[in-house]
Amino acid sequence: MAVPRFWREMPVRYNLIGSHCTSCDMYHYPPRAMCSGCHRESLGKMEKHQFAGTGQIVANTVVYQPQQGYEMHGPYPMAMIEMDEGARITAQIVDVAPEMVKRGMRVKAVFRKLGEDSESGIIYYGTKFTPADEPEEEDEESADTVEAEL
Amino acid sequence: MRDVSIIGAGVTKFGELWSKSLRELGLMAGLEAIQDAGSLVQQEHVSALIADYCAMAGAHVPSTRIEGASASGGLALRQAYMAVAGGFIDVAVVGGAEKMTDVSDSESAHTLSMGADEEWESQQGATFASLHAMMAQAHMTEFGTTREMLSAVASKNHGHAALNPQAQFPFPIKPEAVSDSGLVSDPLRMLDCAPQSDGGAAVVLCASDRAKEFSKKPISIIGSGQASDTLSLHHRASLCRMPAIGVAAERAFAHAGRKPADVSVAEIHDNFTISELIALEEIGLVDRGSAGQLTLDGATALGGAIPVNTGGGLKARGHPPGATGVAQAVEIVQQLRGTAGERQVKGATLGLLENHGGTGATAVVHLLEVN
Repeated sequence: MAVPRFWREMPVRYNLIGSHCTSCDMYHYPPRAMCSGCHRESLGKMEKHQFAGTGQIVANTVVYQPQQGYEMHGPYPMAMIEMDEGARITAQIVDVAPEMVKRGMRVKAVFRKLGEDSESGIIYYGTKFTPADEPEEEDEESADTVEAEL
Repeated sequence: MRDVSIIGAGVTKFGELWSKSLRELGLMAGLEAIQDAGSLVQQEHVSALIADYCAMAGAHVPSTRIEGASASGGLALRQAYMAVAGGFIDVAVVGGAEKMTDVSDSESAHTLSMGADEEWESQQGATFASLHAMMAQAHMTEFGTTREMLSAVASKNHGHAALNPQAQFPFPIKPEAVSDSGLVSDPLRMLDCAPQSDGGAAVVLCASDRAKEFSKKPISIIGSGQASDTLSLHHRASLCRMPAIGVAAERAFAHAGRKPADVSVAEIHDNFTISELIALEEIGLVDRGSAGQLTLDGATALGGAIPVNTGGGLKARGHPPGATGVAQAVEIVQQLRGTAGERQVKGATLGLLENHGGTGATAVVHLLEVN
């Protein structure tokens, strides 16, 4: 992959920068120029938003046949995370045994290596998630919320 | 707008066709379809190439490549349909061909995962199977769909493929074999997934008022619908739905003036077992949440209320992505002509084909009827 492809996305990928529509209050990641919720109403009303990086798992699986470049991770947990602002992201869950990852689990973003072109090539970084250190009762409460939403 | 008919259909054997190049597969399918009417890794200018080797270059026949991930075949059928219906062209050949085994398994799997959002799903570590695994889990949670129901889909499609000599896996498998196969991405197992295949398929379209000049049994295209959705699965409101399929079907039914209950046989894009269940529900062939139980009860098997994937589906006929959408049309044409042999659905009059790309970001539905 050519260097600019990753270089131009560094702010977005390294700092979890997305967008916020001040017209309908919807959050997006990655950033959008036009809001997917209120369409043209959003023109001129979109602002950058740095996500807090906290959220909860809304769907998850354990990958036994890894993606190219992820062979050394397998089997690894993948999940869909709903960040507290509302935007969703697909990411690997790290620093936890795959069987411990559950729907409703509170997680926080961590900055990690995603891959590399070759031993001497460019290294890609981005966001993965890890279990958040938050009180137990909040975990159960959020699990119920997810159940209702799905 | 003119009425359009399919006057020719051809398909190669699907499978690991090591001795055949993409050039040959496209040619074989194209020529077979034309007669019926009367290694190219990194080769990007495919349409001109196939047209050239089908000996059409001399006549300067216009050729266009259509791309929409695994929905490419269905999209090409729709483009040709619109060109003929719109009066721009009288006769059009729709060809789909794919050569998966000229690259390594991991490379072709990676290429397939490009049907999802490459930057925000694949690069994050999500495989195509892992996205469908999350869809399957959501369907299980929402509707109580079980492992046995998923296994019944693959087993049923293999049973159909056993009656299709062109299929990659023309043999039955027991549901237990599916449930016992290795995990790919929990809960999906190896035999829940369509294979990597080589193959080609083609159909010839013609303005209906000229169809009888070429074919004794032309089949009419009476409905065509297409819809899009978000590329990333995580941007959808529900994980156990693929709304674009429902919208494409609704448009096709509205176009044709028919309803789901009129369909006698259907080809559904079962790239994973869960996809067949969700697509059946989106199209409205079954009630939402009931597809698993109905499959278990045999309703979608040959002899059932609504036979689905009589050719073996993507799972057992094989899945050369570019060819799949066109191969579905070939199967329905055979069913409606009454030439499907042992897998014939008796008295089939209206056939539906559903082809989608990615996790349902592009969906195409066509309705074919006996002329």
